Formats: sequence, structure tokens, C-alpha cells
Amino acid sequence: MKEFQYVIQDPVGLHARPAGLLVKQAAGFKSKVTVESGGKSVDAGKLIMLMSLGIKQGMEVTCRIEGEDEEEAAEALQTFFRENL
Amino acid sequence: MDKYIGKSVLKGVAVGRVFWYEKQDYHIEKRTISDIDGEIARFQDALKAAREQLTALYEEALVSVGEDHSAIFDIHRMMLEDDDYLEAIDAAIREGWNAEYAVEAAQNQFAQLFASMDDDYMKARAVDIKDISQRIIRLLMGIREDGIPTDEPVILVADDLTPSETVKMDKNKILAFVTVRGSSNSHTAILARSMNLPALVNTKMTPAEEWNGKVGVVDGFSGTFLLEPDQDILDEMIRRKNQWVADLEALEQLKGKDNVTGDGRRIDVFANIGKVSDADAVLDADAGGIGLFRSEFLYLGRDSFPTEEEQFQSYKTVLEKMDGRKVVIRTMDIGADKKVDYFRLDAEENPALGYRAIRICLDRPEIFITQLRAIYRASAYGKAAIMFPMIVSVEEVQRIKEMVNQVKEELEVEGYPMGEVELGIMVETPAAALISDTLAGEVDFFSIGTNDLTQYTLAVDRQNQKLESTCNTHHPAVLKLIEMTVKNAHEAGIWAGICGELAADTDLTERFLDMGVDELSVSPSAVLKVRKAVRDIS
Repeated sequence: MKEFQYVIQDPVGLHARPAGLLVKQAAGFKSKVTVESGGKSVDAGKLIMLMSLGIKQGMEVTCRIEGEDEEEAAEALQTFFRENL
Repeated sequence: MDKYIGKSVLKGVAVGRVFWYEKQDYHIEKRTISDIDGEIARFQDALKAAREQLTALYEEALVSVGEDHSAIFDIHRMMLEDDDYLEAIDAAIREGWNAEYAVEAAQNQFAQLFASMDDDYMKARAVDIKDISQRIIRLLMGIREDGIPTDEPVILVADDLTPSETVKMDKNKILAFVTVRGSSNSHTAILARSMNLPALVNTKMTPAEEWNGKVGVVDGFSGTFLLEPDQDILDEMIRRKNQWVADLEALEQLKGKDNVTGDGRRIDVFANIGKVSDADAVLDADAGGIGLFRSEFLYLGRDSFPTEEEQFQSYKTVLEKMDGRKVVIRTMDIGADKKVDYFRLDAEENPALGYRAIRICLDRPEIFITQLRAIYRASAYGKAAIMFPMIVSVEEVQRIKEMVNQVKEELEVEGYPMGEVELGIMVETPAAALISDTLAGEVDFFSIGTNDLTQYTLAVDRQNQKLESTCNTHHPAVLKLIEMTVKNAHEAGIWAGICGELAADTDLTERFLDMGVDELSVSPSAVLKVRKAVRDIS
């Protein structure tokens, strides 16, 4: 399993648009991707639950990736967070 | 005349006839069904049709409002693929309920999830859930979706507007929005800002049929909506509307103009950025250069240090985009308050006074040298300058210069081309301001960081809301330190700029010019405002 932390920079937080993009990104890999924030962990493929985490600017999220392509997925997702959030 | 108070999302004025957009009401029946498979098939058909509608809306919006504002329909389509949402509907139908009721129940369940959140933006997402659910329900019930029938431009009054309603409207037919509900993060608000239309949300009013066709005024400066104003008020509001439109056009006209006062004094107006893509906004605002390129974005949100190559690419992209205009890159200002795990920083009692910025760089040269190498390599592609944050002593600057020289020598041996790079420091501690006479002999420029300078001079934590009134950025002590720094810079023959928030404070523009400040670096959106303030000085 791969894991990384990220502190949200975007002023409105993990809002609808990047959440949608994140779902698409996560769907592109075979690995299971979860996002955890404030003690709640959700499947990164589930848009509504992901948005319902209410992740705001300055909050830290933990992204966990588990599966056969976890190396590659973790790298892509880190880049995604940095560029979009 | 009636007057209603709302929350303004754009400072502007509109005058025109009112159109009340009343939603058609439909009643959703709750009934039991026996043909469960048939009902599921009926739902699936409606779901498929809803997705098709959203794809069409997305393409329509792409043309009419652009990519940023059309993305919401793509999100809606994705919401309609959400497993949890679909399973909730499926389960309710399998329990024997009709599809309309099953969708409404899921809508209420998921909307509640957002409505109960304490964040305004997320609260507004409950509207998205309703929008997608009602779309399916309308399709199930065979109700057509109406656009807004307006012939002349109107002030649109509504309870609330969904994204699909807003995008269906003809933008040339709307002067302003006034909604009963909604927040500054609602779609109406976002759209109003993108279209530069005055808008009020969360307005305390109860619209009625007889409002239609009456004359109204939306004043985004005071957050008021006036219905049937008296003639003298109406005349005054028309005057203000014309003034607002003229001001907007005047700012636009300032693109390409010099930052010069009536009596011929010049100042550079640059922009501050925090990531590579911000460079587009800098060019759009016609700033003279980038006065502060924060490099923290390279370090945050990852679990290892950015490589030299990664950093080089980022700096190079911005330098190339700016095409010869100056780009002042500030070396990393990571510290104990900006948490980056892989730096392995200890927790601190007083992070603002702690192990941060240049203090880390000088203590851990491997981090600093990687950044310096990347900047010098990128310097071949534009006009780069480097500035160092949190300086308190001459010795620090001398050590930095030794490291810079070492980097330059190495790169030269390795055969990399490099450009001329000015070296400067941030003056953001009272210490640096007080010894600016000596520091000026060591560097090519000063950039005064007023946010930290104010915090350190007044001993006020600027994040502490209770101290907001104490955190007076116009404090004579702060202004004296700025004046002293500029004077010492000029005596040594170097330039001095301001890159903190104070640089955009137009109440001080004339004062800064009088002090002889050479450059003001402000957010891209404030560039033209500051240019206007400069040009208004006679």
C-alpha cells in the first residue's frame, strides 16, 4: 500500500470540480483509492461522499492506494493534488 | 418604494424592469407499485435521458459561458453515476415504491448530507443534488423544462436558481440577479461574477406576481434591491450605474498604459503569483512583471523534495511566458506553520519566530542549492531575479552570496547557459529595515514584505482575529520602517519595492510615491486599480 498526505491549498477546498476530476483520475487505475480527512475515510470513486467530507483549505488529507498499479497511481495522484488542489 | 436587503456578490448597479422567475410546482405522489422490474426499467430510461440532457447542457454551456462554468454539468452527470445515490434509489424501488418517490427520498437524504455542513460552499451543494434529482423526476413525470422567456433585459428575481436554469438564460437579457436563497458560493453568484453582473443572494423578500414589469434597482455596493423607487432616487441610481459602467471601461482602457502620475512620476506595478498557471492572469492584467513568485507550491503537498529538474521546468515556464518581463522568484518560505512532513521539522512554540525560510536554507544547504541551481538554469530563458525571505543580518546575506557564487561556478563548469540575475532580499523584519543601510551594500534590490513587517513590528499575530483592530497596517512605525528602507536603498543606488498586501492599498499609493518606492507588486486583479490610483495623482 502507498500513502501520502496533502494539505489543501485551494481557497474553496475540495470543491465539486476537482472532486469530479479526482474521481476520474482514481477510476483510471486498478488500485483501490481512499481519501481520509477528519477521521472519515471514503472511496475516491464516490463523488458525493467525497464532496461530503467538506475538505477545506488548510486541511490535511491522507490518500491511500492499494493494488497492482499502486506505485504509478500514487505518483499520478500526488501530481494531481499538487496541480489542482 | 420597497427596499429589500440582500448579500451582494458583485459591486455594481443595475436599473431595469423586474422579472419574477416562478418555478412550476409539481406534486410528487408516493405510491406502492407491483411491477418492480418495470419500475426499475422506467427509472433507468429516465436516468439515461437525464445524462443525455446533461451532456447537451454541458456542450451548450461550453459555448455560452466557457469551460470553467460549464464543468458543473459534467459534475452533475458524474453525480448521476454515483453508486451510493443510485443504490439508494434502487433500494427504495425494490421496497415497492414508485420511482418518483424513490428519487425524491434519495434527494432528501443526500441533500441533507450537505445542508447540515457548516461550510457555505458545501451547503450550496445541496442545490446540485436537488437539481439532478428533479431532472430525473421531471423526466419520469413528463414535465418539460422551461427556460426564461424574456424579450428585454430584466432584473431577474427568483427564489433560487439551479445551474441548469442559469445556463439556459440568454445572458444578453439579464441585467442583474436577486435571489431569496443562495450564498456567495451559489451558482448564481459564481455566474454573476463571471458575467460581471450585479447580484444579490440571500435577500429578505417575498416575490409576487405583481412585481413583474415594475422598475427595480439592484445596488451591489449597499446590497439593496429597490422596487419602484421614487423618481429622484431612480435618477440618482441611473447616475451611479453609468458611473460604474464608465469606471469599469476606464480600468479596461488602462491596459497598455504607463503607471505615471499627472506630474510625471513613475512607478512599476508588478503582480504576485503562487503557481505557474497564475502567469496568465499577470499577462491579462498587463502587469509590468512578477514582483513576487512564491516558490512554496513546489514543496507543499508531496512526500519528498522537488527535484532540480522539476523546479527548473516550473521557473522556465513562467520566465518564458513573461517574455522578457522581470520575474522575482522568492526562495522557499516553508516554516513550522506550513507543515511539510518530509522536511521533518519539530513542532514549535512560536512558529512565526521559528525555524523557517532562509533559516532552514542556510542550515540545510542541500535544499537551498537545489533551488538555486534550478533558478539559475532557468535564468537563461527570461529575466529572473531572486529574493531571500526572513533576513535579519548582513552575515546571512554574505553566506547566501557565497552559496550563489558556488552554484554559478558549478553550472558554468557543467556548461549551462545562464542569464543576468539580480539578487535581493525581503525586508520583512524590523531588524532588516533598521540595518537596511548596511544590507543595501550587499544586494541589488529590496522588496518590503508588509504583512510580516507589520506583524513583527507591532508584535501582533495577524492570524488572530481578536487582534484585527490592533493589526493596523497604517501604523506610523510600519510606515517609518518602509520609508527608511526605501531611503537607504536609494542612497546605495539600488531599487526598492513593496510586495505585501499594503502595496494594493490605494489610500497609500501617493504616500509610497512620495517615499520614492520604485515598484508595487500586487495580486493580478489589483494591478489596474493601482495603475488608476497612480494616474489619478496630479
